Amino acid sequence: MAEIRNYTLNFGPQHPAAHGVLRLILEINGEIIERADPHIGLLHRGTEKLAESKPYNQSIGYMDRLDYVSMMCNEHAYVMAIETMLKLEVPQRAQYIRVMFDEITRILNHLMWLGTHALDVGAMSIFLYAFREREKLIDCYEAVSGSRMHATYYRPGGVYRDLPDKMPQYLKNNFRKPKELEEMNKDRQGSLLDFIDHFVKEFPVSIKQYNGLLTDNRIWKQRLVNIGIVSANRAKQLGFTGPMLRGSGVAWDLRKNQPYAVYDKMDFDIPVGVTGDSYDRYLVRMEEMHQSNRIIRQCVDWLRNNPGPVMSDDKKVAPPKRTDMKDNMESLIHHFKLFTEGYCLPKGEVYCAIEHPKGEFGVYLVSDGANKPYRIKIRAPGFAHLASMDEMVKGHMLSDVVTIIGTQDIVFGEIDR
Amino acid sequence: MQELKEQLVEEFGKSNIIDIFDELTLTVGAGDIIKSCLKLRDTFFFDILIDLSGVDYLTYGQSEWNTDVSSSGFGRACGKYDEKDTHEQRFAVVYHLLSVSTNKRLRVKSYVNEAQPMIESVTNIWAVANWYEREAFDLFGILFKNHCDLRRILTDYGFVGHPLRKDFPLIGEVEMRYDEELGRVVYEPVSIEPNVNVPRVIRK
Repeated sequence: MAEIRNYTLNFGPQHPAAHGVLRLILEINGEIIERADPHIGLLHRGTEKLAESKPYNQSIGYMDRLDYVSMMCNEHAYVMAIETMLKLEVPQRAQYIRVMFDEITRILNHLMWLGTHALDVGAMSIFLYAFREREKLIDCYEAVSGSRMHATYYRPGGVYRDLPDKMPQYLKNNFRKPKELEEMNKDRQGSLLDFIDHFVKEFPVSIKQYNGLLTDNRIWKQRLVNIGIVSANRAKQLGFTGPMLRGSGVAWDLRKNQPYAVYDKMDFDIPVGVTGDSYDRYLVRMEEMHQSNRIIRQCVDWLRNNPGPVMSDDKKVAPPKRTDMKDNMESLIHHFKLFTEGYCLPKGEVYCAIEHPKGEFGVYLVSDGANKPYRIKIRAPGFAHLASMDEMVKGHMLSDVVTIIGTQDIVFGEIDR
Repeated sequence: MQELKEQLVEEFGKSNIIDIFDELTLTVGAGDIIKSCLKLRDTFFFDILIDLSGVDYLTYGQSEWNTDVSSSGFGRACGKYDEKDTHEQRFAVVYHLLSVSTNKRLRVKSYVNEAQPMIESVTNIWAVANWYEREAFDLFGILFKNHCDLRRILTDYGFVGHPLRKDFPLIGEVEMRYDEELGRVVYEPVSIEPNVNVPRVIRK
């Protein structure tokens, strides 16, 4: 009689389905997973330690690099924590811009998730379609901040600058026929808001396309339905937030339950799952894209009709205008002081959380009154989700591990920090 | 929130509750953490542990900028040291709780002693605490009693020290390179010098 033993398999850290640098030690019995032990930290950059040695404003850029597929949402939590401690008023227009870009970011994140999740499970084409739409949104990032990914656009007191009046266009080159170029620049004739408006009108068609490719697809359902079921109570125990919690049937969304910025003025719904399996979480995220689209449309309408400042006029926090600096000594001093020393926060501690595309993203800030944080703890949603990996994959097949990594929407930038 | 505050005052005593920036902080002794957390979960319905983190209060309110660390660059003033800022203990474990059913948040803080930073694990109350406690152990060296699997989580295999402690240098203690002769990766003490290129600490 041959001796049968469990097999230990090393998965990653350079496996394309590991979404970055996840190393999983899997103990398998045949093809059934007995135990999964994720090893994380391969992307640990010490963001929290680095932030402790810099003035507040210089760490905004680190926030982009946490969850590098939903950049502006990370910034939002960080600047909100600073604003709460300073008791700083943020102009209405800046709040609307933030909400609009939070939702653009949500769509960006969900498109990335959809593309890679489907790719892991075996559907290639959806990835290409998702990136087609992502490109347009990334262009919005670029138009507003000058950077396609790491925007550093949100600042304490508002946003870096107002929306541009002109959407940048594709330029002529030897590889583009004039007709092609005209087609490419068709929706870029007006301002950024016109471009976003155009996108918002067309996006539901794209979602329909994704739905057509996946929702009733037999293979997709066979790979997702009843995989990684988490009950509502268990989801709370495991610290799930965002779509992971809603997929299990808990109607919890910080945008509704603890509104920040101007979410209380927005009209949108929260999709909720029933069984708490991977397929439900897929449906929840798909519907969230629809809802984000709705929110963006409302923001565009408001922003069109309400010009105004986008930055607080508190000169201790917001930089002065370039033109003022040319002939105003005081502005020059303010500028110098702000960009070298920064500003001081009162003593105390604060925890600010936002509804990040992946769940609750929070920043716990401890200040001792200096111009840099004493301690900053980043609460990344993915960390709690990945911690449940062992429980979610137990008893499933090896191929389902990939589905579960996909459904958890894991990005290592935020987990390893 | 006011309502919750009153209930908490009744349960835990007035001196343990702080209300700052519209957030409630409850301080409990390290020995009572299990009892308090169970009560918070079962009678106050805090069903989610959102976050657990360590804090090192070693240099709180002080300026850690030494004027002699760097030989070049501009001169730096040392910040003043405020006596009343010292905390009773060096380390604190901070729990952020969320109640989905009552839509409330609460911060629970527990100080642990420097000589033996140890506190009871809350993994049996909230399962999510497992990794958070591993993280706090890894970065601060806080020990969690009765934790099922207290291993390092974020730092490298075989890492020495606890990087988020205030006495751990920003540049680290070891650096790694591939050694051609030995044919493997070797660890050596850091060769770079600490370079203070950020402005001085100011306080108001």
